[in-house]
Amino acid sequence: MPFIPHTDDDVRAMLASIGVQRTESLFDEIPQALREARLTAVPPQLGEMDVMRLMQQRAEQDGRWLNFLGAGAYEHHIPAAVWQIVTRGEFYSAYTPYQAEASQGTLQVLYEYQSMMASLTGLDATNASLYDGASALAEAILMAVRLHKSSHRVLVPATVHPTYVKVARTIVSSQDIELIELPYCTEQGTTLPESLQRFGEKPFAALVIPQPNFFGALEQVHALTDWAQAHAALVIGVVNPVALALLAPPGRWGQRGADIAVGEGQPLGVPLANGGPYFGFLACKQAHVRQMPGRIVGRTVDLDGRPGFTLTLQAREQHIRRSKATSNICTNQGLAVTAATIHMALLGPQGLRRVAQACHANLRALLGRLETEAGVRRRFAAPVFHEAVIALGAPAAPILERMRDQRVLGGLDPGADYPELADSLLVCATETKTAADLGRYLEAFTAARHAG
Amino acid sequence: MSVPADLKYADSHEWARLEADGTVSVGITDHAQDRLGDLVFVEAPKLGQTVAKGKECGVVESVKAAADLYAPISGEVVAVNEALSGSPEKVNQDAYAAWMFRVRPSDPAELNALLDAAAYEKVVASEEH
Repeated sequence: MPFIPHTDDDVRAMLASIGVQRTESLFDEIPQALREARLTAVPPQLGEMDVMRLMQQRAEQDGRWLNFLGAGAYEHHIPAAVWQIVTRGEFYSAYTPYQAEASQGTLQVLYEYQSMMASLTGLDATNASLYDGASALAEAILMAVRLHKSSHRVLVPATVHPTYVKVARTIVSSQDIELIELPYCTEQGTTLPESLQRFGEKPFAALVIPQPNFFGALEQVHALTDWAQAHAALVIGVVNPVALALLAPPGRWGQRGADIAVGEGQPLGVPLANGGPYFGFLACKQAHVRQMPGRIVGRTVDLDGRPGFTLTLQAREQHIRRSKATSNICTNQGLAVTAATIHMALLGPQGLRRVAQACHANLRALLGRLETEAGVRRRFAAPVFHEAVIALGAPAAPILERMRDQRVLGGLDPGADYPELADSLLVCATETKTAADLGRYLEAFTAARHAG
Repeated sequence: MSVPADLKYADSHEWARLEADGTVSVGITDHAQDRLGDLVFVEAPKLGQTVAKGKECGVVESVKAAADLYAPISGEVVAVNEALSGSPEKVNQDAYAAWMFRVRPSDPAELNALLDAAAYEKVVASEEH
């Protein structure tokens, strides 16, 4: 997009044409006191050279870490070709194109993305993405309540990512939707289907099922799905897309399959970058597609019968349905989705499965070494994917801090969200870790523990 | 535009027909289908749902717009025309044969308060201006 400056003559001509003397007069609506306020927290402008120097300093501060931290954002190898292709000018936008006649390439990429995500989740349809995993969960809850029509209660296990729950609560609370927390089993680290009876006594619109859950553990998705659907409620799966290469897809949970699946798309080709931008995905059964938020790209034929792509089911959206739109989400994360599409295309189903297997093998190796070399065991008994909670027997925070001194990110202290787990550590190992990396973790971990 | 004389109408463009069993069939008028264009989806209220006169109870969606469906009469939904879920074009083909749902009225007198054909034609004429 070109930057077009205005000359003094341009400005004078524009002011003259609207009959205004001075540019400042355009701001008369704003009280004088506010206009003269000084933004003390904003530093003065910098020259280009100074900015370069500043950014170099910041990059050095970021450092190079050996990372065993997951908790919702995961380090994976991204083939160099992915971002080489994404940064082509033709793709370089966050927006879904309205104009089919000018955007066939982007629309086709989004269509391929939707096809891949539908295949990965085992569901019929997906949208062209949402902001992130947490807001995707909020949208899924709103969608489920609209579909259910009679209840505004949604059951949310305590094992769902705490940040997702906070974001969802912020978004849905103004619509009179009640999120009810389900307790987890302190031995298994999962939600026990047999413990839910009392929560089913009053009608509820939906049950959220995380897979794997925040503790990295695998929930009993089939039994939970059947239990919720026997209560005439919908099932929302919150899933890790890499784990789906190995685990049963939400569309095949229980007798009838989950109704909606959402998750964070970052593990599919989007690098860790100070929290984002990432992207959320949302998939559902065909029967629910008219309540789905966001853009959907469809395949069609033009007047001459040639195949093409276009936005479809737009009557759900705000430019047609106005205040009754399924959502005000109309932007998505087009660029991150383009990366995910290319990433998945390069890996293929087999490649993604190998990544998932390598993640799982690395976590098992790490847990094995922690047990034999450091005498530290898992906190919970349920099977895990690529992340697990380990019991330290001492507060996690100081140990993590000392590991950081050795340039190792040792994991997440779950104590802030789960006070009962203050003496535990949530640790993740992806396919990026080598045996030497695991050795360095053990070294840093052991030293940090004994230094206390 | 067809406005059968034996039906009652709401100014929100639904028609209502009293059936022999005392229930009331509801659909959208020929004028409404004509203005919406080719319908692609009809979302009727659910069986057993209670609808209230003048309140939204569903959605009709065409290739170019989506419009709310308002209940012309209060009561319980006792039947839903499932044939429309697979073939919404039936509404375009014959709006008065393509009933969307049937209500057992909680207050049958509400039917009399609806517009007759002549009054509905005036509503349509006034909207054209």
